[in-house]
Amino acid sequence: MYNKIKFDIVKRFNLFAIISLVLIAVGLISLILLPFGVNLFNLDIEFAGGTSMNVAIHTQATQEVTQSISAKIKDLTGTSATVQSTGDGTEIIIKSTELTSEQRQSIFEALKEEYSLTNEDLLKTDNVSSVVGQDFKRSAFLSCIIAAALMLLYITIRFEFKSGLSAVICLIHDILVMLSVYVILQIPLNLTFVAAALTIFGYSINASIITFDRIRENNKAAGREAFENVVEKSIWQTVSRSINTTLTTLFTVIMLLILGVQSLKDFAIPLMIGMLSGTYSSVFLAGPLWVKFKGKPKKA
Amino acid sequence: MTKSIISFVAVLLIILLLGYIALYGLDLGFYEFSKISDEENGIRRGLDLVGGSTITFEAQVEGDISAEELAKNMNVVKQILTQRLTYLGYSESLIYLVGDRRITVEIPSIQDPEEAVQKLGSTAQLEFKDYDGNIVMVGSDIKKATAAFGPIDSTNISQNYVEIELKTEAIKKFAEATKAAAQRAAEGENIIYISLDGNNVSTPSVGAEFAETGINSEKIQIIGSFTAESAGWLANIISSGQLPFSLREIEMRSVGPVLGDRALETSLLAGMIGIILVCIFMIVIYRLPGLVADFALLFYITLVLVLLSAFKVNLSLPGIAGIILSIGMAVDANVVIFERIREELRNGKTIKSAISAGFNRAFTAVLDSNVTTFIAALVLYIFGTGQIVGFAITLGIGIIVSMFTAVTVTHFLLNRLVDFKITNTKLYGI
Repeated sequence: MYNKIKFDIVKRFNLFAIISLVLIAVGLISLILLPFGVNLFNLDIEFAGGTSMNVAIHTQATQEVTQSISAKIKDLTGTSATVQSTGDGTEIIIKSTELTSEQRQSIFEALKEEYSLTNEDLLKTDNVSSVVGQDFKRSAFLSCIIAAALMLLYITIRFEFKSGLSAVICLIHDILVMLSVYVILQIPLNLTFVAAALTIFGYSINASIITFDRIRENNKAAGREAFENVVEKSIWQTVSRSINTTLTTLFTVIMLLILGVQSLKDFAIPLMIGMLSGTYSSVFLAGPLWVKFKGKPKKA
Repeated sequence: MTKSIISFVAVLLIILLLGYIALYGLDLGFYEFSKISDEENGIRRGLDLVGGSTITFEAQVEGDISAEELAKNMNVVKQILTQRLTYLGYSESLIYLVGDRRITVEIPSIQDPEEAVQKLGSTAQLEFKDYDGNIVMVGSDIKKATAAFGPIDSTNISQNYVEIELKTEAIKKFAEATKAAAQRAAEGENIIYISLDGNNVSTPSVGAEFAETGINSEKIQIIGSFTAESAGWLANIISSGQLPFSLREIEMRSVGPVLGDRALETSLLAGMIGIILVCIFMIVIYRLPGLVADFALLFYITLVLVLLSAFKVNLSLPGIAGIILSIGMAVDANVVIFERIREELRNGKTIKSAISAGFNRAFTAVLDSNVTTFIAALVLYIFGTGQIVGFAITLGIGIIVSMFTAVTVTHFLLNRLVDFKITNTKLYGI
């Protein structure tokens, strides 16, 4: 149903590659230019270690309010914390370096008194020490590498190494795009991102495979037809599938984004970006890359 | 034809049955399915949905210690923490060792998580001090302490009290201290503080009648307005006060009941609307096969719910995200197959052979793509930490189950449609 708008994809590989590279470059440049201070990747407390508290203060958390709370926390603990309004604006999220249990308690006691709160208004507390943060970082890194290696292995077995390589490059592309959007939107990097990234690992490869599967099938019947043409044809044969499955998955993800609580929203955003990027890379990059790696067309 | 109708209806009935089991449960006599909303035996909700705290402590091991010794001492830590949890009233808690020197405590429906962190992690440097703050006795002087109930003083009324048994070498020491204290009764300074990490947990006074002898016995009693609970707490502090290591809180995650409820409600709503949108989309784009895929999707959802409940999977918020995500992915296989069927129809094949060709040719693509997503879920499960594991589990279950429903169930139902001689290609989205 989408084939009516047909144009050459394989021949325009350079154009699509440039679009991707520009997006990733913008992300990397922002990384250098944006004022992140010491925390280059804007790591969330899960990786950097620290404390985060969500409190419903039942008062509109204006800048004045958050500033006064921040000052109070400085008084109580000697630590500077960032205080932001969240949810419907009557909730705040406090983030700081690691605080002790006593310090966290004193902060909440102070808020409780100031805004006449009950224990239930302490919506959420997370405290991660830097030791655990290091562990999380290591396991996140390890799982990404292992997952990528396993995918490469599987596709090599099922197809060939060159196609596996193309798929994994698409995968790295998708993760870099996700990262870039994170950097540009200044969303803190946390474990949720890792879960979303690995889901995209599966999703992106999944999309590339559908295309590769068709290429493999068409190539068998291709006879003297150039590999490039086989790829072009296969991409167009699978394009409506790529778009339609992205749409069905997007429906559910967008619902999480609209209705979900904050932690689900944090999960839905990278997922949505990764899916769009995954669809883009599987249609416009995966096939043409395979053609590039295969070199000049030979008889199949 | 009749056979086809029967088997078509049978599949729909299975979906209804699964849905019924999920909502209301079913007792088969030899095996009972609980309804998924059952709090005890249904789908278990994680702490982030019911509210609760997960606290991880790390033992601060000093000097060299053999692995054996460490393991033994960590078990002591576990026992002590288990007792402390009971005395704090958190009997529903879970406690387990992580790695060689970490211990994690999960406490549902907790009111004051910071209190729990402090009380659980306290090293309990137990000291007995006189009115001037001089230490008269320490934790290691005590053989054991127990909470008891019975008539103990002149009133002969049964009451809760704490009985401490001293080590022989401490008896004299304690007698002298109490003698000195008792002599200060007139000034109201006849107090022996029991202090834990510098905080006074109890301030019993020594009766003036001990001014001559002091409390000179192996067993001493602390009487006061104890409840069974507070007596138990104090006895526990005194007897098992000394942890083999000091504990440091290295991770604490706490979700209040309000946020937990909200998380559950909103994600269920998101899931439901998502399902409806997917179902409508499939019918609009793929017509009759789309409707069949929707039946398969319902089959999938009810089956997953029953499985989650039967296998007692602990469902956390990321777990729900995994399920909702897998709903979108479950129809992926159907989209791949239907696109293929459409193509075959356009190439002039009959409906029957188009369906058969569609399933045959699309199967390898569906298999390969599910295997790779499963690899990702597996890696998350093995190397992931904490909440991510919950996501990996539901995603993994979702992939396996959806392979079955999207391929087998859809194929079966579509073939029955062919038997019904529904061959108008318009109904197949051409």
